[in-house]
Amino acid sequence: MKRADAAALALPRFRAPALFGVIGLLFVGLLARTLFLQSVDNDFLQEKGAARFSREMELPAHRGQIVDRFGDALAISTPMKSLWAFPAQFDATPAELASLAGVLDTTPQKLKARIAADEGFAVLAKQIPPEQAARAMALKIPGLNEQNEYRRYYPGADISAQIVGFTGDKDAGQEGIELAQQAWLAGKAGSRRVIINRRGEAVEDVAAIRAPQAGRDLALSIDSRLQYLAFRELKAAIDKHNAKAGGLVVIDTHTGEILALANWPTYNPNARNKVARDRMRNRALTDVFEPGSTMKPFTIATALETGKVRPDTVIHTEAGAMTIGTATIHDAHAAGPLTVEQVIQKSSNIGAAKIALSMPAETLWQTFSDAGFGTPPRTGFPGEVAGRLRPAKTWKPIEQATMSYGHGLSVNLVQLARAYTIFANDGELKPVTLFKTDGPVAGRPVVSAATAKAVRRMLEMATLPGGTAPKAQVPGYRVAGKTGTARKPEGHAYAAKYVASFVGFAPASNPRLVVAVMLDEPQGGVYYGGDVAGPVFSNVVGAALRMLGVPTDAPVDNVVLPPPGTEIREET
Amino acid sequence: MTRVNLVLLGILVVCALSLVTSRHDARRLFVELEREQAKSRQFETEYNQLQLEQSTWGMPARVEKIARENLRMQLPAAARVEVVDTTAKRAVP
Repeated sequence: MKRADAAALALPRFRAPALFGVIGLLFVGLLARTLFLQSVDNDFLQEKGAARFSREMELPAHRGQIVDRFGDALAISTPMKSLWAFPAQFDATPAELASLAGVLDTTPQKLKARIAADEGFAVLAKQIPPEQAARAMALKIPGLNEQNEYRRYYPGADISAQIVGFTGDKDAGQEGIELAQQAWLAGKAGSRRVIINRRGEAVEDVAAIRAPQAGRDLALSIDSRLQYLAFRELKAAIDKHNAKAGGLVVIDTHTGEILALANWPTYNPNARNKVARDRMRNRALTDVFEPGSTMKPFTIATALETGKVRPDTVIHTEAGAMTIGTATIHDAHAAGPLTVEQVIQKSSNIGAAKIALSMPAETLWQTFSDAGFGTPPRTGFPGEVAGRLRPAKTWKPIEQATMSYGHGLSVNLVQLARAYTIFANDGELKPVTLFKTDGPVAGRPVVSAATAKAVRRMLEMATLPGGTAPKAQVPGYRVAGKTGTARKPEGHAYAAKYVASFVGFAPASNPRLVVAVMLDEPQGGVYYGGDVAGPVFSNVVGAALRMLGVPTDAPVDNVVLPPPGTEIREET
Repeated sequence: MTRVNLVLLGILVVCALSLVTSRHDARRLFVELEREQAKSRQFETEYNQLQLEQSTWGMPARVEKIARENLRMQLPAAARVEVVDTTAKRAVP
């Protein structure tokens, strides 16, 4: 038995080496395969692996706030959550789906439809409050994920809508300051790479997290209290006179900051789904109109500057009609001889035209241009317009005459308000801005201080009885300003539609605020700037000076209105 | 020789144990960091919402409405205003 075993064990001599050889070869094969996978095929495999278990997640950056000059928010981002799922991993029982739908205020059918709609990535709820998202996540449904996002809110709603603007998709500014200052406000989104498990949950960070960089805050020159006041008074006047549109600008004479800029019509930027684009325009900066009589002070200032006239020079205003070439210009209320002061006080077209025609066109053009007409106001707002001021070479005498009282050129409301800083600041034009500035800003001299003071006096006379705007007076403060009532050009003729405006400043003894009011197409019989825009100026300037704590420069019983029934004569 | 080896073994054991402890510490601290970060995010959210609430409640439109309707406040007429002259003592701002 033992022998037989021994015989059986006598194996062929080559068998062991052969086996070793085969096994060795297999090892070599394995080694070669390993080398191949590690070197040649490495990239491809890494990619495949990463695609299966690692995900790049975006970390949204916080967008900077837009605040008013006191730091109160005008636009603010708050964190929101969005819920999403990889449909392949989403696995909810009907009961879970029903409770998820309950939390999200929707129906299970709608959720199912959303998951079926996209194979890679399905958004189940966009920008919901964090508490709601937490309740949804508490259901612990496999494949359900949340993501941090931000939503922009505008506490000022319709009051400051046109200045601030709004953001669209992906936090990109679409209108107003949100658009103009996109680079400053926007942060840089960060990202993190995570390993996810079978259920689609992030389990581990791989590589370094690229932290999101928050955007910077931006302080506007707007004073929320004045902005509201301006908006309220403008709205009231528009309702009262049934006007089509309107604008109101308040400028600080020392710094050129725009403290308030109200527009009508307006919209609510928090719910703007069905808002016509027309309502989104910041008319005070993007729309032009023919200013009418509010241009007269610039004509007079030019004439005073050249020495052609003095405030008490007498101008004969003919009998209310004057022919230049083939055209005739009119004063609706013939006034006989007027001093230069009275030309402003009574707003005589013929007076202004005669003074204008006594100077070369270039001289007049130079003052208008230096006062900022024909160039954009550069407030930092997107889409602001320059208005139209044609070169002096192309002016015909009749045009020179009509331009002296504000027809044949166009301006926007902010330009007009800025130009009046010349008279409020002893001849210096201040640059205007929508951003908060510290301390007084240097202006550019346009006329001499003496001329500015003389015009200031005339403008104050215009608001006193005998002037065109007694309704612009304010209890406790001396005010100065000019009315404008311009017929609107339609095609080649002037229609029976009006733009009523008033531009002025207060206190007249040491001006602090320039306020410009414009109402487009007031209806119902009353359309004079003094009747329509004057009271708005009075209400806004009075309340604003009180809010700013500006000392009064007149007794509180200073308002003297002409006796009832007196017709206030104003040219159009 | 044996002694040196024993000493080295001792050092090795100590090092191994300290590695275990520090790994454990690191993990514990990471968890803590995550928790604090979550808290900071939560506070940021809350702060933002409070800011939003503050600016919404503090809008001049709402303040005025409450002053007029609930508190029945109104602006005094010009005739009822007495102006006190303080310019003599204080500089004009």
